Amino acid sequence: MARWTPERRRKARVKAGFSVYYAVFLLFVYGPMFAMFTLSFQGPRGGVSFPMRGLSFYWWEKLTGPSAVGDLKSSLVRSLILAIIVMVITALFSTMLAMAYRKRFRGSGFLFYAVMAGLMVPGVLLSLGLASLLRVLGIPPAWWYSGLGVHVVWTLPFGFLVMMAVFNRFDARLEEAARDMGADEWTVFREVTLPLITPGIVAAGLFGFTLSYDEFARTTLLAGAQNTLPLDINASLTQRVQPTLFALGTASTLFSLLMIGLFIVIYTILYRRSR
Amino acid sequence: MTTVESYAKVTHLETPRGLIGGAPIAHDAAEAERKYRREPGFPVPLLIAPATLWLVIFLFLPLISIFVFSFWKSTGHGMTPAFTLEHYQAFFASEGFFDPSKPDFLTPSVFIRTLWSTFRFTITVMAICLALAYPLAYFLSMQVENFKWQLTLFLLAMVPFWTSYLIRAVAWLPMLGRHGLINEFLVSFGIVEEPVSFFLYSEFSYTMALVQLYVVLAVGPIFFSLAKIDRTLLEAARDMGATPFQIFREIIAPLSLPGVAIGMIFIFVMVMGEFATAVVVYGGKSSTTGTVILNYYAIANYPFAAVNAFMLMVAMMIGVVIILRLVDIRKEL
Repeated sequence: MARWTPERRRKARVKAGFSVYYAVFLLFVYGPMFAMFTLSFQGPRGGVSFPMRGLSFYWWEKLTGPSAVGDLKSSLVRSLILAIIVMVITALFSTMLAMAYRKRFRGSGFLFYAVMAGLMVPGVLLSLGLASLLRVLGIPPAWWYSGLGVHVVWTLPFGFLVMMAVFNRFDARLEEAARDMGADEWTVFREVTLPLITPGIVAAGLFGFTLSYDEFARTTLLAGAQNTLPLDINASLTQRVQPTLFALGTASTLFSLLMIGLFIVIYTILYRRSR
Repeated sequence: MTTVESYAKVTHLETPRGLIGGAPIAHDAAEAERKYRREPGFPVPLLIAPATLWLVIFLFLPLISIFVFSFWKSTGHGMTPAFTLEHYQAFFASEGFFDPSKPDFLTPSVFIRTLWSTFRFTITVMAICLALAYPLAYFLSMQVENFKWQLTLFLLAMVPFWTSYLIRAVAWLPMLGRHGLINEFLVSFGIVEEPVSFFLYSEFSYTMALVQLYVVLAVGPIFFSLAKIDRTLLEAARDMGATPFQIFREIIAPLSLPGVAIGMIFIFVMVMGEFATAVVVYGGKSSTTGTVILNYYAIANYPFAAVNAFMLMVAMMIGVVIILRLVDIRKEL
């Protein structure tokens, strides 16, 4: 047992203070979500704030029932399809870009800032710019191309940074060994590079999927006639807020958490295997 | 040195020489060099072409459109190509700006005041986020020694970033209302006698919600820059008798500045472009430049929406440049 010198005691006190702060921070970040979660089980006569008037699944049933807020089921399906396409494109593009950045090439600095700009330009600007442009061109926007376009602009920098980090720690000698033994570029990529970077690709895909699934600002003016889920949620906000909205929010949050957990599990498995 | 590079070097030493003298035939030498120096891997143009094209269509064209359309003429239900500065004048100057007999003589328009208040508000949110995020990132990177714990606690703090931000804004409603949790708490502990109504649909609720939505964006970069600090530096300083405060001021703070700058840039651009949260927790009572843009889009005055958007872009660029001037983040990238 180490003795409790004044120095050690002071350190422990500091650490305890910070731990309490961490807990308070989590309460701040998660607290409102728990309140929403609890209130989604509000009794039929209860309202959108405490106290609870009984416990029930009334609002959850209303959510899944036929007269739900808008046409939730099809907007959910659209959001999922969009998120999956964005995930695939993000993973593909960020891998390709990061592979290009292993070499020096002209305009690399400019392209880097161009990719990063996707992170910096607010959604409302992209929405407005593309929507007015499409209006002038006479092409109606739709979630599956104009929505998809701006979503990828937003998710690409995240995937790109992940893949850059992956290739930073990559041992290029493995590829050279394969090349020296006569493998062509495709074989080198398939047999050596790809298995080693798969965990990174999964992480890039996580950003693509979750950020697209929840994206609202960029789709505001670009989804066209059919809404994605966040747009439907926003539309229901303009009506009288009911606990149905809390049930919807809880369901959506749980789904997001489930996806994150799934990605982390896949990542861990692949990461262990690639060692 | 890669295998290919060393191979190229060998061939360079044995470049073919001229028939008479010992001078190398420059043309062939360069040719040989290029041939062997062809770097391995897929060709760069192929790798960057799709993403570049995508960015041109979905990032550059929209931004250029905003600039171009801001000079077009509004027709009431659309716009026609023209070059007019009337929208810019309307953005900067109120109606009676040039008329000394009007009460609003020389007062700036409501739009520029909205942009200014959006800016001021953003600075407030940034300051609060920094004050909340820095200790948290410090705790995670400096106080938690076990790597697994560090990662778990970090992810736990970051998870909200991957959940819907609209819903996180909605989740504030049961907290802040007249019968919200905070009021219940205050009343039951006798801190106030009557429920306070300024929590919801006020600047207070708007600030709270935005800080909660965006604070994680600062935690990430600050955490990474803190985690990168070489621990032997801290030990050396300690051995030489530096107090914890000195260590923080002389080593930790300067080395974590790039992370702080990146986090602040994130929050700055996000909150400047914010519009949805304002409707949810502010009840649309006040407007941000983001809501102004969408309102003018909704009434089909596209050029004026474009002017507001362009000025927002300019304000954001100025802000980002100021932050980059203060801190050199290139080391971080």
